Amino acid sequence: MEKTALIGLVVIGGSAGSLDIILNTVSFLRSKNCPPVIIVIHRKNSDDSSLADLLAGRTQLKLKEAGEKDRLKPDSVYLAPADYHLLVEKDHTLSLDFSEKVNYSRPSIDVTFQTAAEAFGEKCFCILLSGASADGAEGLQLVNKMKGITAVQDPSNAEVAFMPQQAIDRFQPDYIVDTTDPKALANLINSLTAK
Amino acid sequence: MEYKISDEDIEVILNDIFEQHGYDFTDYSKASIKRRINWVYAVDKIPSFAELRYKLKHDTGYLKRFVEEITVNVTEMFRDPSFYQVLRKDVLPTLGTYPLIRIWHAGCSTGEEVYSMAILLKELNLYHKSLLYATDINPSVLERARKGLFPLAQMKQYSENYILSGGNREFSHYYSANYSMAKFDETLKEKMIFSTHNLVSDGSFNEFQLIMCRNVLIYFDTDLQARVFSLFDGSLEKLGYLALGSKETLNFSTIASKYKQLNKQKIWRKLL
Ligand SMILES: C[S@@+](CC[C@H](N)C(=O)[O-])C[C@H]1O[C@@H](n2cnc3c(N)ncnc32)[C@H](O)[C@@H]1O
Repeated sequence: MEKTALIGLVVIGGSAGSLDIILNTVSFLRSKNCPPVIIVIHRKNSDDSSLADLLAGRTQLKLKEAGEKDRLKPDSVYLAPADYHLLVEKDHTLSLDFSEKVNYSRPSIDVTFQTAAEAFGEKCFCILLSGASADGAEGLQLVNKMKGITAVQDPSNAEVAFMPQQAIDRFQPDYIVDTTDPKALANLINSLTAK
Repeated sequence: MEYKISDEDIEVILNDIFEQHGYDFTDYSKASIKRRINWVYAVDKIPSFAELRYKLKHDTGYLKRFVEEITVNVTEMFRDPSFYQVLRKDVLPTLGTYPLIRIWHAGCSTGEEVYSMAILLKELNLYHKSLLYATDINPSVLERARKGLFPLAQMKQYSENYILSGGNREFSHYYSANYSMAKFDETLKEKMIFSTHNLVSDGSFNEFQLIMCRNVLIYFDTDLQARVFSLFDGSLEKLGYLALGSKETLNFSTIASKYKQLNKQKIWRKLL
């Protein structure tokens, strides 16, 4: 069976050097019948609304800062707010959590990946991009363990190779994305989520 | 780390804790509770689920630790400076016209929020006629709040927060360094009353002009949130204020129609 038939949720995690890829990706995503997309980016606490504005300006999907108890809907992009962890619930709503930082990060990509995998299992598709942090690799491995689909940016064309390399050092992700083509990641998501 | 305790087993534990000790966590948001229980289970190196159940049943010391660890206690002084600015410029001066100001900090954790409030009230010359009720489910955090000792390493950030919130004194004049801790001025404590109170099971105990409950409701499911909102509504005087955390809202609750939000801030005023 095609492992990718029924993706219910896409999660993209990025840190240093990931913003351009994320902006490109949201701009090329299919605007109809796209599963919900969550974006977790490490950043300073203050640049929240500007980041949401940036993303909103680049996508036809509905962009929203993730709020607690929000229900995940198709054709929507949810940006994890600064300074809270974003957790996915089994009833497909979102929770926010102001607990200790994980890997020096809040939001932590690990936390969202892991809870996404818990909630969506093989129906979740998680992607780890450029960054100088150890965050995300463990969560991505758990996604893989729970039969979800995983992708990492090719470290050789990541601005900061460390974060995707951490994941590759742990396990073999399903896809290594060559991002020299700005559409590459969006194309992958579109093809895996096509009905 | 990988979760070792399943959803079903989480339910079993939460039911045990409720039946044996009266703490009801069954209406907390599931993902966070599950993450924390699995975390305690791993760091405490509990060999099996059966052993965890046994310990929670028979070892009250361990139960205490467990309850402390599954509830999130992270807090800061002057967290969200713009929020404190509105308290300073708008809410507290309005309440300053009252003969006595009663404030309830529900879920105050280790007290950083309460000391921040005390500083604001002092600077507005309102402290002498204020009472600050600080409550939490967790007796250990209240014990720390009572001491008024916070890590010295945090003071740089707190002092920045304080200035951003509109403070214009030397923040360091509110504490003295005591090894690695900052000991806050004893006079800040004079009007603070600390007590355990469980928002899930305990009722209203007074009428307040301001209730602060920040970053507590995010851990509750919608039904429990609704119950707590009606507890607050029953504990708030007419024209009193309810202040929530930066990601929380009153807007979809059944009591919302009685309240008016202060422009964009997470502060609601009770009109009826
Ligand atoms: C994240 S802290 C919030 C501290 C502070 N208000 C702030 O915003 O920084 C949450 C607090 O809520 C408390 N809490 C959790 N469940 C509670 C309950 N049922 N009743 C009272 N307090 C509770 C926890 O013990 C913890 O101290």
